[in-house]
Amino acid sequence: MKFAIVVNEGPYTHQASDTAFQFAKSVLAKGHEIVRVFFYHDGVNNGTKLAVPPQDDRHIPNNWSALAKENELDLVLCIAAAQRRGILDEKEAGRQGKDSNNVIDGFRISGLGQLIEAGIQADRTVTFGD
Amino acid sequence: MSILHTVNKSPFQKNDLASCLAHVSDDDAVLLIEDGVYGVITGTQAAGQISKSPAAIYVLGGDLAARGIGEEKVADGVKIVDYDGFVDLAAKHKAVNSWL
Amino acid sequence: MSDEMQEGPQGEVKKFMYVNRKAPYGTIYALEALEVVLIGAAFDQDVSLAFIDDGVFQLTDGQKTDDIGIKNFSPAFRALGDYDVTKLYVEKESLEERGLTRDDLMDLTWEDEDNDWEEKPSIRVVSREEMKSVLSDQDVILSF
Repeated sequence: MKFAIVVNEGPYTHQASDTAFQFAKSVLAKGHEIVRVFFYHDGVNNGTKLAVPPQDDRHIPNNWSALAKENELDLVLCIAAAQRRGILDEKEAGRQGKDSNNVIDGFRISGLGQLIEAGIQADRTVTFGD
Repeated sequence: MSILHTVNKSPFQKNDLASCLAHVSDDDAVLLIEDGVYGVITGTQAAGQISKSPAAIYVLGGDLAARGIGEEKVADGVKIVDYDGFVDLAAKHKAVNSWL
Repeated sequence: MSDEMQEGPQGEVKKFMYVNRKAPYGTIYALEALEVVLIGAAFDQDVSLAFIDDGVFQLTDGQKTDDIGIKNFSPAFRALGDYDVTKLYVEKESLEERGLTRDDLMDLTWEDEDNDWEEKPSIRVVSREEMKSVLSDQDVILSF
């Protein structure tokens, strides 16, 4: 079965990203497919490469990044939400005339259409937020 | 085909559980996750509302354990599932409605 | 985005429900939910919106945001009809619990091209029981 996962909150403040991550791992372990994980609202902050959590804590952006690499997941940060919150990949930073970018490997920035498309393609869409 | 509802807020602070229970159809299922798991503590008003619901009620065991709520505190009729069980419930119902 | 991406794998139309349970301005959820609806309208799916609990506050008439320094996005709801988003289910009990009636809400309409462009109301005030059956009829439920 094909799943789409939506993450509407950033890392650490809310449990949403952690729950979505555990859910995603179980989806894959059970042999299902994840067509896309879409990060919206403050959820785009899960894609920062500048987070430096304490050594003994989980590294949420790195964990998503690693899961994406191991399973060839499509992790999409909503461009409109990301621009509002200062999350820019190299291409967007160039386009907006910013001198730095902060999106971690494994994530890409794209439009809201990717959320709707995932909802159409997936058999189930599951949202995690606050 | 029926719907899986998830609730992630404590019923002692927010109305999401009550609102969810007021909108479930008879063959739906409700899964309590994150702070939503506080809704299954036996003897509480929330657990009373749950027991009256026609829907099947589930709770995420990992979230219960993390919060120090022992299984003996879980109201009768509530089934405990893990994340694999969460995935199975999502697969079994035709859509998931998250009461955010 | 290519045309073929606008439809599902089998080209089927899915029932998309956007559930709104949060008030505007205090948090960004209502505004960003509306942005999804406007983008999603291009995908030719069967779209409905539900306004439950504090979500009904999104539709009040006469919102003026000058003093708070946040853009008033309520006029964007008036554009939904032009995007063929014509089903806004508003829960009667949620209105009543909050001291509101239908008359406190914006007058949202759409033009029916199959019926000589007759203007029809987009807001459908429904009971909680009716809302239950609307919700159970959906394929994809997005909550913000």
